[in-house]
Amino acid sequence: MARITLDALAHSYMPDPKGPEDYALKELNHVWSDGEAYALLGPSGCGKSTLLNIISGLLEPSEGRILFDDGDVTHMTTAERNIAQVFQFPVVYDTMTVRDNLAFPLRNRGHSADVVAERVARIAKMIGMEAELGRKARGLTADAKQKISLGRGMVREDVNALLFDEPLTVIDPHMKWELRTQLKSLHHEFGHTMIYVTHDQTEALTFADHVVVMTEGQVVQIGTPQELFERPAHTFVGFFIGSPGMNVIPAEVRGDRGVVGGQDLPLGRAYGPLSGKVEIGVRPEFVRLTAEEGLPVTIRRVEDVGRHKIVRAELSGKDINIVVAEETPITADMTRVVFDPEGVNVYADDWRVEPLSTNVGEAA
Amino acid sequence: MEKTVNQKAWFLVLPMMVIVCFSAIIPLMTVVNYAVQDSFGNNQFFWAGLLWFEEMLEDERMWNALWRQLAFSATILAIQVPLGILVALSMPKKGFWVSVCLVLMALPLLIPWNVVGTIWQIFGRQDIGLLGYTLNAIGADYNYTRDVVDAWLTVIIMDVWHWTSLVALLAYAGLMSIPQAYYQAAKIDQASRWAVFRYIELPKMYGVLTIAILLRFMDSFKIYTEPFVVTGGGPGNATTFLSIDLVKMALGQFDLGPAAAFSIMYFLVILLISWVFYTVMTNLEKEDTQR
Repeated sequence: MARITLDALAHSYMPDPKGPEDYALKELNHVWSDGEAYALLGPSGCGKSTLLNIISGLLEPSEGRILFDDGDVTHMTTAERNIAQVFQFPVVYDTMTVRDNLAFPLRNRGHSADVVAERVARIAKMIGMEAELGRKARGLTADAKQKISLGRGMVREDVNALLFDEPLTVIDPHMKWELRTQLKSLHHEFGHTMIYVTHDQTEALTFADHVVVMTEGQVVQIGTPQELFERPAHTFVGFFIGSPGMNVIPAEVRGDRGVVGGQDLPLGRAYGPLSGKVEIGVRPEFVRLTAEEGLPVTIRRVEDVGRHKIVRAELSGKDINIVVAEETPITADMTRVVFDPEGVNVYADDWRVEPLSTNVGEAA
Repeated sequence: MEKTVNQKAWFLVLPMMVIVCFSAIIPLMTVVNYAVQDSFGNNQFFWAGLLWFEEMLEDERMWNALWRQLAFSATILAIQVPLGILVALSMPKKGFWVSVCLVLMALPLLIPWNVVGTIWQIFGRQDIGLLGYTLNAIGADYNYTRDVVDAWLTVIIMDVWHWTSLVALLAYAGLMSIPQAYYQAAKIDQASRWAVFRYIELPKMYGVLTIAILLRFMDSFKIYTEPFVVTGGGPGNATTFLSIDLVKMALGQFDLGPAAAFSIMYFLVILLISWVFYTVMTNLEKEDTQR
């Protein structure tokens, strides 16, 4: 187990990168604390697998360093780093039995037969494949194979970190939930540093203590699920996390007041002078549909998703989503919205702007 | 779903049937015809029954040719399959050199059989051949027309030169189909190079290797042109393989009856071995799907 430090790390697949667009991974400084569970969340092709492969040593970064605790491992092989990694698609050794598959990483490292048998039995129980131990891995279903891959990743106790590259993509939904729970309990039990790559926000938010959100080769925010929800650091985080994503509305911001489509709007906090593209972001959960006060909207349709209703509306030419509690009736005269100041964030050129002070009244 | 029954559909198969009869069945029946009859010329034939078959089965000449043939096929398979795999493993996986390698590998496969034979026939000559001359110049007593071992070595090396790249190309295709994740997982599991070969590469090459072995076996079992051009079956009968012997008997000595019986048995042997291959292959496949 180790603390992993990324020091000015960047990677380009091109031999001679010119501009930032040539980098699959833009410069990154981050410390992954020992024993924490992280999720690396982002859309396909955002560089999260590249980052994972650099940490595991399958890929050598073109710039920067990686440290495990205090040792530089940038040029070390995967084996020397003592890392376990599980891939998106099942990798099993077809001609071996399930038991031999699970034992393979242990045997390669010269563990005694007793240790191997004990660990394999334990992992087999965990992935629910005790009955299949004697079978050849060939011909098993894709999710059984992926469970073997997961098991092989977890079979070593002494690894520095456990890396998962979208490991549950091919697994049945009910099994997904169960395996995720298993991974979490494994994390609690052994305290491995875990990094879990996924493009599924539910998976990321339920698995990890800290979620690292990436887009276009860049880390845009690292935070707890709650921080990502309440204070998205970048409009991308607002869009990507949450269902539906955050409403982003062009606005003018003057101190603690915003102006949207000529209408005045309290922001709850004061901001300094802003330049560039100024927008306010508010999650649908912090928007309230009313009849009396607030900004006028045109309602397009109402979707009832069971737990709540989603109102699709238009606010001064921009689409806006509103979450309304299931039991709240929506009447025809409810054509105005109020933003809860707690849930309003201000963005300049897509990055969140910190308010000047929390003492709103006096600052203004 | 209701199937339409229309017996006229048989007419659609008819042209194909006619062609097969004309090109395969009728000639084969001619051979059967010769095999059970005897002739003293003048186009007069007498019923001989299974006489020729009995005679051929007792004939040492045919057995010797068969053993030589099996020894030859076994030897070239034992060399070409491991060598082909080794070559495939050492070929570059990407970049400019891939195309260079592929073209170079394909070259021997593009040369006609008799040209291959001629190349090696001259190459091995003591007086003007580069190989033969050099070997003798450095003191080796190499002469493929006189020495049995030299003749076998020449024929085998020629076949290895001609056909190893086929195995290599097939094995390479199998290797290229292995997803990168397998190698990455093996690295993470700290698998040795041998383990990577044994548990990843070999199982994934299994299908193409079966094809390669089958192709190489069939091709080597019917080999005729190259040894005929190089050694003419000699010295003595040392490199007289089945097909060379058959041609000698049928067209050289004009022993049509025994030659026909011989060729039918040759045919049956090939059928038998192909059937064994087929059964083994399908059984292994079945095992795969049942598990």
